[in-house]
Amino acid sequence: MNIFLQQIVNGLVQGSVYALVALGYTMVYGILGLINFAHGEVVMVGAMLSLTALGVLLGWDVSPLLALPISVVIAMIGCMALGYSIERVAYRPLRHAPRLAPLITAIGISILLQNLAMMIWGRGYHPFPILFENSLHTFAGAIINDIQIAIILLALIIMTGLMWVVNHTRLGRSMRAVAENQHAAQLMGVDINRVISITFMLGSALAAIAGLMVSANYGLAHYYMGFLLGLKAFTAAVLGGIGNLRGAMLGGLLLGLIESLGAGYIGDLTGGFLGSNYQDVFAFFVLIAVLVFRPSGLLGERIAERA
Amino acid sequence: MSLRTTPALLFISAIVALTGCNKSGNDTAKATGDMIVRIGAAAPLTGSQAHIGKDNESGTRMAIDDANAKGIVIGGRKIHFELISEDDQADPKTATIVAQKLVDDNVKGVIGHLNSGTTIPTAKIYSDNGIVQISPSATAVSYTAQGYKTAFRVMANDAQQGHVLGEYAAKNLGAKKIAVIDDRTAYGQGLADEFIKAAEAAGAQIVAHEYTNDKAVDFTAVLTAVKGKQPDLLFYGGMDPQAGPMSKQIKSLALHVKFMMGDGGYTPEYIKLAGDAAEGSYATLPGVPLSKMPGGKEFETRFVAKYQPIQLYAPYCYDAVNVMIAAMQKADSVEPAKYLPELAKISVDGVTAKIQFDAKGDLQGGAITMYQVQQGKWQALETLGASH
Repeated sequence: MNIFLQQIVNGLVQGSVYALVALGYTMVYGILGLINFAHGEVVMVGAMLSLTALGVLLGWDVSPLLALPISVVIAMIGCMALGYSIERVAYRPLRHAPRLAPLITAIGISILLQNLAMMIWGRGYHPFPILFENSLHTFAGAIINDIQIAIILLALIIMTGLMWVVNHTRLGRSMRAVAENQHAAQLMGVDINRVISITFMLGSALAAIAGLMVSANYGLAHYYMGFLLGLKAFTAAVLGGIGNLRGAMLGGLLLGLIESLGAGYIGDLTGGFLGSNYQDVFAFFVLIAVLVFRPSGLLGERIAERA
Repeated sequence: MSLRTTPALLFISAIVALTGCNKSGNDTAKATGDMIVRIGAAAPLTGSQAHIGKDNESGTRMAIDDANAKGIVIGGRKIHFELISEDDQADPKTATIVAQKLVDDNVKGVIGHLNSGTTIPTAKIYSDNGIVQISPSATAVSYTAQGYKTAFRVMANDAQQGHVLGEYAAKNLGAKKIAVIDDRTAYGQGLADEFIKAAEAAGAQIVAHEYTNDKAVDFTAVLTAVKGKQPDLLFYGGMDPQAGPMSKQIKSLALHVKFMMGDGGYTPEYIKLAGDAAEGSYATLPGVPLSKMPGGKEFETRFVAKYQPIQLYAPYCYDAVNVMIAAMQKADSVEPAKYLPELAKISVDGVTAKIQFDAKGDLQGGAITMYQVQQGKWQALETLGASH
């Protein structure tokens, strides 16, 4: 049993989830300069939708092998519709309003979604059904299970896919153009409303997958689960440099690692003076330290003031 | 998490206003001439412990509906009890706002709060305003140790429960090396500290004491740290939303320990969340198993028919209301100042235990029952006497 390696594995799993959620924050911020605080709630809705779909499908005796992808697709479609509506209802009318206004509607939407979910799915915790035997693998003294391997791999694949979309497709080119300068992009014939809607939908689809991953990994979904997850992912996005896709991935993985190593070793390092209850303090301390020396985050670009 | 509270704070007033609208939801049968007596209830109805909070509200509501159906006469007038249920979000700051609101609503007594962390700061508010408070579930020793005459509880405190747990772990289960994790709430921390005291006194060694919080779902880091110390038993001081996933993660980290909790883990929700990892876990619950109490089985049947399976404290809430009303009847007054002395010396058979208070307002000589998950169900192992 290798404690250090185990903590790295723990951190990577946790970090992959943070990274996936952080991508949603960073994409919207990169394009609109807006922090979509409702993103954590979209993750929660994704988890709830996929669990509900799974429950129904398994009830119809659909084989788990088929039920899982179908419910992922249902959750993704549901979340994309949700992401589109959020943008249409809460952000588009305020696109030229002062910065604070869309921030407030974002928090409002977040609370609205939380309470709607509470009304629809109830206050209880929803256990994730056991679909497959989740076997344990020992790897150089560290233990990892199938779900965790799937999470890390899936997160990597999705992140590479997203990078490809942004850097090598026509859509990605318009996204980058809108991010750089909305007016200029519009003059060049880019339909900015369409690009922004698609960005929200892409981010929400990722959120749906993240929601499913989280509930599969921890075995539960709850209407409140999006809040803390959203907060952590937002932190990860800021740590890596908000607006930068690579930064969100790096920030997410780093935050996961810092948390698990922090919780695992802080007690021993300080001779018991600080315990694992300082896990979050440790993570935020690193965040502050990074921001003091690199205000735009680890990979954030310094945006020169325009005259 | 300090950041968590910022948006929450922004909307506290909105939420308080929203929940306030529910107040007369169940009172359609207001006959003219009846005296309306308001009883307050406070528990987290939103957030991660909402399922337990709602359970509390239902237990309280059932007792109040029962009392109204009986048509109780106090001071020569027929009484209609009205429940005012508030959401304290398991947050000490919100709880004090909620307590003040209940005071302003002129309640004659309060059933609550659910958590120790919310019950302790609100005890002063109720005491200052001369309102009787019976907590169905707050177990922290400091709640009644503050010296407020108006503070009572119908549940064994952490010292009683922690003592039983610690001794059971070291003596009955023969644990030599024990690891402890707590959620740093007034409840989790208090229970863990009492557990450690008792376990050490009984000859066990505490090899690790790690911490988490009451919002967390990932415990792999602390569990890995615990695994390095090779304990044979792990005690968790906290509630079921954390205990469930924690059990799963214990299993997937191949950490071979006996898992033990206090009353916060004794819920059907825990078994649901932990799945097959729940098997063999231990938890205590103050009182005697419902099936062994006179009226306990009947309460359970009626409660399940009306609401949902009992989560945790509904029977204690039911008892708390009945004890309060019994004291009002004895004093022939609904005024807290009048019925408080009667409450202090009351002796009533509840559905959870025989309810008598000591000088501090704690439950006297309460029994504590040890349960274990066997074949996916909580089974009573044995009822142990509470010391102290």
